[in-house]
Amino acid sequence: MTGSQHVSKGSFAGTHGGEDLSVNVFHSPKERAVEYALGFCTLVSALTTLGIAGVLIFESLNFFAEVSIIEFLTETRWTPQFSEKHFGIWPLLSGTLLITVIAAFVALPIGLMSAIFIAEYAPSRVRKVLKPGLELLAGIPTVVYGYFALTFMTPLLQNFIPGLNIYNALSAGIVVGVMIIPMVSSLSEDAIRAVPRSLAEGAYALGATRIEVVLRVMVPGAISGIMASFILALSRAVGETMIVTLAAGAMPNLTANPTESVQTMTAFIVNVSLGDTPQGTVEFYSLFAVGLVLFLMTLSMNFLANLIIRKYRERY
Amino acid sequence: METNERDVLMTNGQSVPKDAKVRVENLDFWYGTNHVLKNVVLDIQAHEVTALIGPSGCGKSTLLRCFNRMNELIPGVRLEGRVLIDGRDIYRNADPVMVRRRIGMVFQKPNPFPKTIYENVIWGARVNGYKGNEAELVEECLRKAALWDEVKDRLNAHAYGLSGGQQQRLCIARTLAVAPDVVLMDEPASALDPIATAKLEETILQLKERYTIIIVTHNMQQAGRISDRTAFFYLGELIEVDATDQLFTRPARKRTEDYITGRFG
Repeated sequence: MTGSQHVSKGSFAGTHGGEDLSVNVFHSPKERAVEYALGFCTLVSALTTLGIAGVLIFESLNFFAEVSIIEFLTETRWTPQFSEKHFGIWPLLSGTLLITVIAAFVALPIGLMSAIFIAEYAPSRVRKVLKPGLELLAGIPTVVYGYFALTFMTPLLQNFIPGLNIYNALSAGIVVGVMIIPMVSSLSEDAIRAVPRSLAEGAYALGATRIEVVLRVMVPGAISGIMASFILALSRAVGETMIVTLAAGAMPNLTANPTESVQTMTAFIVNVSLGDTPQGTVEFYSLFAVGLVLFLMTLSMNFLANLIIRKYRERY
Repeated sequence: METNERDVLMTNGQSVPKDAKVRVENLDFWYGTNHVLKNVVLDIQAHEVTALIGPSGCGKSTLLRCFNRMNELIPGVRLEGRVLIDGRDIYRNADPVMVRRRIGMVFQKPNPFPKTIYENVIWGARVNGYKGNEAELVEECLRKAALWDEVKDRLNAHAYGLSGGQQQRLCIARTLAVAPDVVLMDEPASALDPIATAKLEETILQLKERYTIIIVTHNMQQAGRISDRTAFFYLGELIEVDATDQLFTRPARKRTEDYITGRFG
């Protein structure tokens, strides 16, 4: 050590205080090892995703070798386990869409309104209880929701809708909606609270009432985040499995009537996976074709979400 | 330093005129248990620019926010005393929304809405149920805010494309569109460069003809340039209020003199 300014008598390990500035610290083996370890973890998750997509596509090819895409997309019956097999995706697709639409009617308004309440109206003491409470809802296992739909919601609805099938789209859809409310409200609330306070103050100072500030400043300012929460929640609804398997039934049914029993794509996959369908058969491969459609659906939803977000984005 | 009502009145050099535009009577204000305004007594004349000055934490911004009841948006505040506009109490038997329609506010940092220039100006007027010709109102307010010539060809451009100074004048235009008669400004030039500040000060002087302006500023030169009267605050108390040239050249109190000569603050 040459420096006489050093107060402490202790010395630093390595290069500190020495004359040699060329010692390799920034690119030391330790630094590199960390970099490689982190990179490896990223690679694992990226490759897994690609692998899943690859398997879906690859196995679907086996399916489409036996069933034409035309039939898959135009046939209106889905009966892979009958002796007279039909492979039209529409009954499963409509089942999924029906459940999703019902869930959207339940979750989007309730989720957004509770987000607005928590973000703008609730006193901070109430918010501190409400928000984790709502998020707790997201921790309930979906199988519990499924039983709730079957043993509570359906009998309840049967009081109002006589002749309602014990397995029906309505009850399953409502409960799927309830399940995704926390997602909508929590993410939307974050988006609303991310809108700068100064915008709300500016609006209040112009003589706006609370609801005017909320509807004309806060919600428009948060619209991209709100849209993202909607789409994410609906993706969840599209992919939801347990509730629909338990409560919506197991009958592929091309219908828009929510009181009927329907089968979703996910419920079909569960039923066939759990059944005794031998590997290598066309029924078996149909799993992957349905899975591929499901995958494409959520993918295009995310794509749509990005478009919407870009179109409505308000910068601040 | 103890200040009482009589001291303040004496430094005015005259009795308080009866027709004060804004009158503050024995105002006390608390954030929780923090007593930030102490027995403030102040009259503000119409068509004047009144500057509120003082070191950080002296309560000048809090007082400004008492004039349009913006402090109520924060939980846990308490106010005692009275604030009168044209002789009418704005706290008792008064709706905060109605108060804010008569008393506009421009903030420290420009805060235009993430909308077009046109939409920004008309926003408050629409919220308040304006029924006249919108395009005329927008032009009139942009002219008053000395922004019209710079933006007349791009009213539908996004407000965030404007410079900071232009955004601040847009916020003034937006405030004027609600037709207030008092305009509050909370350090409106603190985020602006010197040229934008000069332009803003020019605008403020023009507005004086039609509006009563109360401005909080850290910048004593600015207070000297644009205000007719200046009120000096320290630790929540109004130390001295007087005509600006009087207060800056012959302050009546030692504390004021120390502050304006830069001995503390």
